[in-house]
Amino acid sequence: MTATETTSARAPRRGLPSMTVLGPILALLVLLAIGVFLNENFLSYANITNVLARSAFIGIIAVGMTFVITSGGLDLSVGSMAAFIAGLMILVMNAALPTLGIGVPIILLGMATAVVAGLFAGFLNGILITKLGIEAFIVTLGSMGIYRSLVTWLADGGTLSLDFGLRTFYRPVYYDGILGVSWPIIVFAVVVILGEIAMRSAVFGRHCAAIGSNDQVAKYSSINVNRVRLMTYVLLGLLVGIATIMYVPRLGSASASTGLLWELEAIAAVIIGGTVLKGGFGRVWGTVIGVLILSLIGNILNLTDLVSPYLNGAIQGAIIILAVILQREGRAGA
Amino acid sequence: MNEPVLSLHGVSRSFGAVEVLHGIDIALRPGRVHALIGENGAGKSTTMKIMAGYQPATSGTIRVDGQEMTFASMAEAEARGIVMIHQEFNLAEQLTVEQNFFLGRELKKGWLLDKTRMRADARKYLDRLNCRAHVDRVVSNLPNSDKQMLEIARALSRDARVLIMDEPTAVLTYAETDILLEQVRALREHGTAILFTSHKLDEVKAIADDLTIMRDGDVVYSGPAADLDEHQMAEAMVGRDVSNLFPPKPAAPAPQPVLEVAGLEVPGYAHDISFTLNKGEILGIAGLIGSGRTETFEGLCGLRPHRGAVRINGQPVQIRQPSDALTYGLSYLTEDRKTRGLLLDKSMRENLTLQSLEKYSGWLIDQKAEEAALTQAIREFDIRSGDRAIKVGNLSGGNQQKLLLAKTMLAEPDIVVIDEPTRGIDIGTKQQIYDFIRDLAAQGRSIVVISSEMQEVIGLADRILVMRLGRIAGEVSGDRMTEDNIVRLAMGVEGQGRDAAPMEAT
Repeated sequence: MTATETTSARAPRRGLPSMTVLGPILALLVLLAIGVFLNENFLSYANITNVLARSAFIGIIAVGMTFVITSGGLDLSVGSMAAFIAGLMILVMNAALPTLGIGVPIILLGMATAVVAGLFAGFLNGILITKLGIEAFIVTLGSMGIYRSLVTWLADGGTLSLDFGLRTFYRPVYYDGILGVSWPIIVFAVVVILGEIAMRSAVFGRHCAAIGSNDQVAKYSSINVNRVRLMTYVLLGLLVGIATIMYVPRLGSASASTGLLWELEAIAAVIIGGTVLKGGFGRVWGTVIGVLILSLIGNILNLTDLVSPYLNGAIQGAIIILAVILQREGRAGA
Repeated sequence: MNEPVLSLHGVSRSFGAVEVLHGIDIALRPGRVHALIGENGAGKSTTMKIMAGYQPATSGTIRVDGQEMTFASMAEAEARGIVMIHQEFNLAEQLTVEQNFFLGRELKKGWLLDKTRMRADARKYLDRLNCRAHVDRVVSNLPNSDKQMLEIARALSRDARVLIMDEPTAVLTYAETDILLEQVRALREHGTAILFTSHKLDEVKAIADDLTIMRDGDVVYSGPAADLDEHQMAEAMVGRDVSNLFPPKPAAPAPQPVLEVAGLEVPGYAHDISFTLNKGEILGIAGLIGSGRTETFEGLCGLRPHRGAVRINGQPVQIRQPSDALTYGLSYLTEDRKTRGLLLDKSMRENLTLQSLEKYSGWLIDQKAEEAALTQAIREFDIRSGDRAIKVGNLSGGNQQKLLLAKTMLAEPDIVVIDEPTRGIDIGTKQQIYDFIRDLAAQGRSIVVISSEMQEVIGLADRILVMRLGRIAGEVSGDRMTEDNIVRLAMGVEGQGRDAAPMEAT
């Protein structure tokens, strides 16, 4: 296929959104339909809030991941990073308990710890990738192992638990909210809206796409490529910190298995949503749909007994591969 | 004259409703070199692709050895001995010469590869082309001329009787081009029919036996190449008089330095570079490829590590990165529009504003303002595309170059370094670009033009610096701007020419 041919073949499709836009939305609608068909409780307020609240952790991280992948990077460390930050948060809060007592200040201290740790961890990944020029895959594979090991060490192979009294005080951050919408969902929504605007209409999003598309062109266009790349990792670290703030009150503990495979779920959500794995094009709303698709599969399997919930991973895997195949069809010839 | 080995008769080709070829006749004969020339978008590529089986003709007939044929694929054309070599090399860069040579048709001995025989065979074909590249070398380490030779050798090993080459010399240096042309002559002796395209009319004149000139999908000249001179060829391509390719040079105003460079060092590439650029001036930079021209100015604009004293409008400045340069009103327009200049899979709008996005955004990007800027750029720089939303990779080279120029100028730099302003661009568009550049100078901007085309620097520049081996070898201006003087300085020929003054080391 030549360039000219592709253009002419593409021209008539302009009125109708292509498969890359429609695909994830259709898949989500199909899943919703299946859910409704299989279980009348599926659309109940309790179930929907449950799905959304559980999606929020991965979702908040996946929004950050969208920027990293769009600018041609990757971060495998986010799951371990979340576990490490959770562990650190719990340690700091438990240690401060005798002096601060149970109250708002200690919660704020915990949150500040998470945010600072997230920013720092993201910065560390970013600096190694940009300044030392090491492959993102290698750097984050390394830091993934380091954080996972650190949290295991901090917990001495077991579980780090938040003081019982503190846990009770902190719980509302996960379970309460405004007007019946819980805090994780609200924070997720805010992150998504800001992320979508940044990706679509801010200089930062445009620069991410330009760098992912061709970093040489970006460099020759006076864009500070390293700084933008670094910012994507710092942003992702910050969002991991925020996700952890929401996550800790849910269980009040952290262990070696906290946040296990979150990185893969976040990456999968980004790809299902239509962001290009090698960079150059990203969309935050797609990532949200990707996250919802992945959580709905788990939810539907739990609500029905047609298929064993143990097959959750297999179905998610098949959906990821299918999503990429559909996107390739949408880009035929390119 | 021999019977044609491959010919097109009344071939048309449509893409959707648009017909891009209107009944083309062209005939390739064994032992003759056929040049196909025309502006970008004239239909040369489509014609070649139809000949090589990459695309079917919408109507008309293709004859091989006088027999009517339809090629369903390039493989079928190849089976008939028709091989096309693309402008962008089709080589696996990380594999060796021998591995590339036999890629997809490896020789085997039982279950294993017969490396000895493949090496020997590859050597044999390369020797025939006088190509000294070692068969065990990794292709990414080869100079472009050797890559080109490897492609040709590979074509020959597939018994190519017809060799179709799309701008084979576009990426070659002068010396490499000479080698290639010599090999083309040798192939002609062997009886191969050769079709090639080029924007360099002196090459066409030097080597072509037959000539076909296309314009807007029609053949406007077909006959012996010897019957036209370069000037007539250019006129036939463009369809109008192009004798005034370069805009007239105005009288030089009183020198008012805007950029003063002293002792610029770009480690590994350029040493002790000192010069002054005046307001409203076009300064040409000549020199052989590899003389450090590009690297010098990439260093100056913060794209490479460098040191040295730089003053802009009399003020000393430190330029550590390209955005610093832009702050001081200095911008570099790359020679490599496809891999460094433009995002080929993005729209014109996103490309146009990429360097000056701050101007089109507060908190958010103002897409309406961007669209307005695009409308203005399309008008100002005469960018021709059927569709505003087209991906930039689908624009012709000339329009890409115009867009790149528009993108650079959108940031309103006072000093612009334009590296190879017209590489791979047809003569009509060249003329337009020269006019744009002269207009920019007339607006009071200062311009550096780096070019490998001697005619271009001489025709466009007010003053020329010649570089050699990473240093400024000398300066020529006024009547002393002749090819002879430039070549002497560029080659470091003894005596340096009577008129050319070597630069004082200051």
